[in-house]
Amino acid sequence: MNEQYNGSELVVKALKDLDVQFIFGYPGGSVLDLYDALFEQTDIEHVLVRHEQAATHMADGYSRATGKTGVVLATSGPGATNCITGIATAYMDSIPMVVLSGQVPSNLIGDDAFQETDIVGCSRPIVKHSFNCRNAEDIPSILSKAFYLASSGRPGPVVVELPKDVLNPQIKFKYNMPAELEMRTYNPNTKGHGKQIKKAVEAILSAKKLVIYSGGGIILSNTSDKLTELVEKLNAPITNTLMGLGGISGSHPNFIGMLGMHGSLEANKAMANADVILALGARFDDRVTNNVSKFCPNAKIVHVDVDPTSISKTIQAHIPVVGCLDTVIEQILEGVSQSNVSIDRSAQEAWWNEITGWRAKNCLSYDTEKDKLKPQTVIEKLYEITNGNAYVTSDVGQHQMFAAQYYPFKKPRQWINSGGLGTMGFGLPAAMGVKVAFPSDDVVCVTGDGSIQMNIQELSTCLQYGLNVKVVSLNNRSLGMVRQWQDMLYGGRHSSSYMESLPDFVALAESYGHVGIRVDHPDELDDAMQKAFSITDRLVFLDIRVDESEHVYPMQIKHGAIDEMWLKKGVKA
Amino acid sequence: MKRILAILLENEPGSLSRIVGLFSQRAYNIDSLTVGTTDDKTLSRITITTHGDDRVVEQITKQVNKLVDVLKVFDLTEVSHIERELLMVKVYARNEATRAAITRVSDVFGATIIDMGKQSYTLQLTSSSDKIENFLKMLCHESDLIEVVRSGSVGIGRGDKALRS
Repeated sequence: MNEQYNGSELVVKALKDLDVQFIFGYPGGSVLDLYDALFEQTDIEHVLVRHEQAATHMADGYSRATGKTGVVLATSGPGATNCITGIATAYMDSIPMVVLSGQVPSNLIGDDAFQETDIVGCSRPIVKHSFNCRNAEDIPSILSKAFYLASSGRPGPVVVELPKDVLNPQIKFKYNMPAELEMRTYNPNTKGHGKQIKKAVEAILSAKKLVIYSGGGIILSNTSDKLTELVEKLNAPITNTLMGLGGISGSHPNFIGMLGMHGSLEANKAMANADVILALGARFDDRVTNNVSKFCPNAKIVHVDVDPTSISKTIQAHIPVVGCLDTVIEQILEGVSQSNVSIDRSAQEAWWNEITGWRAKNCLSYDTEKDKLKPQTVIEKLYEITNGNAYVTSDVGQHQMFAAQYYPFKKPRQWINSGGLGTMGFGLPAAMGVKVAFPSDDVVCVTGDGSIQMNIQELSTCLQYGLNVKVVSLNNRSLGMVRQWQDMLYGGRHSSSYMESLPDFVALAESYGHVGIRVDHPDELDDAMQKAFSITDRLVFLDIRVDESEHVYPMQIKHGAIDEMWLKKGVKA
Repeated sequence: MKRILAILLENEPGSLSRIVGLFSQRAYNIDSLTVGTTDDKTLSRITITTHGDDRVVEQITKQVNKLVDVLKVFDLTEVSHIERELLMVKVYARNEATRAAITRVSDVFGATIIDMGKQSYTLQLTSSSDKIENFLKMLCHESDLIEVVRSGSVGIGRGDKALRS
């Protein structure tokens, strides 16, 4: 019991006790002692990235796929500031992450020392919380708090700053991991208020046109099964946000597609015409609502969220319920069973008939051409070849929307994308993080020629650690989503949205030691995909030349109501 | 509408900047802000006066509450409360007539003279922000202001209960 540890060893021991298996990071001056302590052990594997931003996205992807807290280690100054985009990405999507950042020695803080940045200050608006560690003895308790905060309530990133002197290998301390955490200022709500639950249940049961609208909260709280049970019990139509896809199986008969800017017509129509909306772990983001002043005028809104600030932030909730989805859905299920209000089944049938009418418009149909490969076709082929079972990460842009629309996800945590911040460069490192967790599963990064170049250096990390993901790049020689907006809203003036000097991606992949396959013609797609997925011991980069003029449809009309949409070029719903 | 928020939070380095950062990051207004320790040395108390409609103030309160360092947030304007602010003001007092006028205004408002120079008086007034505004306005009629220092409001609820309980 009297064993003594230096600061760096305290960090490593605490991380082990907190069940950390992987750290994603990059060494540098202020954290060399910590890297030395990592070298001495084998319980925690460190994955060396090529840029710290990628470390944060890897930790993020790892976390989204497993539900565990992702851990990042970076040095002070530029190492820490390179993490900012990844921290903000995790913050916007509520992903549990702990970022350990080096810092210059305590006595130099504030002197503009070499590689000094106030990373706690820089990251303050984009973290759930942060800690300056000033005494090595506090390391175990600070880390246990950091992990608890990151993963409980509404999860999010936590930054821990470790000055070099705190990690000093020469000074030793006792290891004191607190058995119980005491935080008088932090009590994440767990149970929904009884009265509110009662009101919610009454509203749900007496609805004639109910829609369940669920978001990323369902994924984060692992409540997909309970959600499905609720949907089936009520026979309600359900729509998912971009972050909530997989919360219910994409092929479930009650699933009416994603809603919002590029959502399905039936989902947005159902929302617009609903009399009761049950929002579960979603936050009425502007990419869902479109014009808030025209948002679902006839709907009574029941909003369940673990974070009270999400409720009535953009859209006023009529029945707010604060609580963990896990408990609240159970409370609602119980309330539904015990209530003497019964669902008006004939109204429900009429409601489903209305929805079937919107579904019949088949809003995801698209025109194919003999010689031009459509990006939608690529995603459909990807679904077919992977039997819908792959983990799919994406970057940001048209390809992201095509993946969300044309790959119906079967289960939660299968679809991994930067929904809130919209971070280009997220997809590849996120896929790598997933592959670290699930080495024998198919992990696909759907990307584009713009996004992939924002973290392409990680192809090198993939080789070092044998992270054999599939990169499916929908190459349209332009920044497709920017170009689409320029086509639709800027009179076709393509200001800086084209890529004039793209690399030869096949040769590039090969130079990093991987397999590159190029697809130019629709006829080549099937063979190329078959080949790519038959190779399991190498990373395969598919450079797929798609029709550059293709737009993502449906698309909400700017400033309109949620269901005012373009269905095709020049065709309104 | 004007609101006075009382915030109890951990007395830790950086906790004040989390509050201030939140207000600027979310474009909320701060009309005044004061901070000090409490009888419990591990806790600080911040008083922020702000304004906004009910929806904005509800969001502010929720967002402040969400900060991990914050123990309690309370909108004092929702209950019977006492608000006080300290004013120190230096005014020209060059001749007898002006000095008499300043003294008269000070007497009416309950301000005291706490210092004087060859040509000036320094006055002190502890009162509500409204009354301080008024006092300054009246003082301006009698003389020219040299310097104004205001502490920002602090507030406390009436009755036996503490914010913490």
